[in-house]
Amino acid sequence: MNSPLKVELGRRYHFSASHRLHSPQLSEEENCRVFGKCNNPYGHGHNYVVEVSMSGDIDPATGMIANLADLDSFVERHVLEEFDHKSLNEDAPAFRAKVPTTENLCIEIFQRLKSFHKAKLERIRVEETGNNSFEYAGDSLEGNQP
Amino acid sequence: MVLLTRKIEFSASHRYHNPNLSAEENRRIFGKCNNPHGHGHNYTLQVTIEGEPDPVTGMVLDLKELKEILESEVMQRMDHRHLNYEVAELAGQIPTCENIARVIWQLLEPKITQGRLHRVRLYESPDLFADCYRNGANGAGKS
Repeated sequence: MNSPLKVELGRRYHFSASHRLHSPQLSEEENCRVFGKCNNPYGHGHNYVVEVSMSGDIDPATGMIANLADLDSFVERHVLEEFDHKSLNEDAPAFRAKVPTTENLCIEIFQRLKSFHKAKLERIRVEETGNNSFEYAGDSLEGNQP
Repeated sequence: MVLLTRKIEFSASHRYHNPNLSAEENRRIFGKCNNPHGHGHNYTLQVTIEGEPDPVTGMVLDLKELKEILESEVMQRMDHRHLNYEVAELAGQIPTCENIARVIWQLLEPKITQGRLHRVRLYESPDLFADCYRNGANGAGKS
């Protein structure tokens, strides 16, 4: 891209899910100490917000980096259907062997969305609550190349 | 370097329509945004300036000055206007969030003489926004 300016499209999505922070590599006591309330045995839930940032050239015919309908349906299929109203620990294969912290969720969502081929995924930001948010922009060689 | 951000809100109407496309293509690509009489949004604009605080005033840029620039460059041009018909800088462009953010960058950049424009973020709704950066700037992610 030779343009002096870089434009990104930001879109926010919402889903609700439950999780429990528990590591099988730690003892009961350590789990309790490390994760506190988040280790309560039956889990708890959050209203998550996923902020997706995509970059690319603005198509002069549409004024868009990517058509929102395409992005929305991609995110719906690859993220929302997978996680909304689910238990991240029990229903999402990605978290069978990983603690479903929002750090790990950020990385998982990035991996799922980087194959969107109509724009370049720049970063994922996930708000677990209004006070906690996490961002992941991939490792240096990660990300798709539209 | 310190970043300073000021937020303003304006309300405007727009319509997505490309005269080079058929009526059917316009409807397919733009959906509801192609409705003939347009629709409107409450836009939220966040303008971020980068710079070192002046040793005398402690400021990167006097906020009063930024407020006046935003008033003359953005509010007077876009607030309570129809973006398709009343904003010369958007003529010939579909007034998407991406294009409006880029036009706002182009309007503001030459007016900021203290500090430097770092980012323009324009929200069309709480769940849809566009960011405009200088290509390769810190904070613009990987480029």
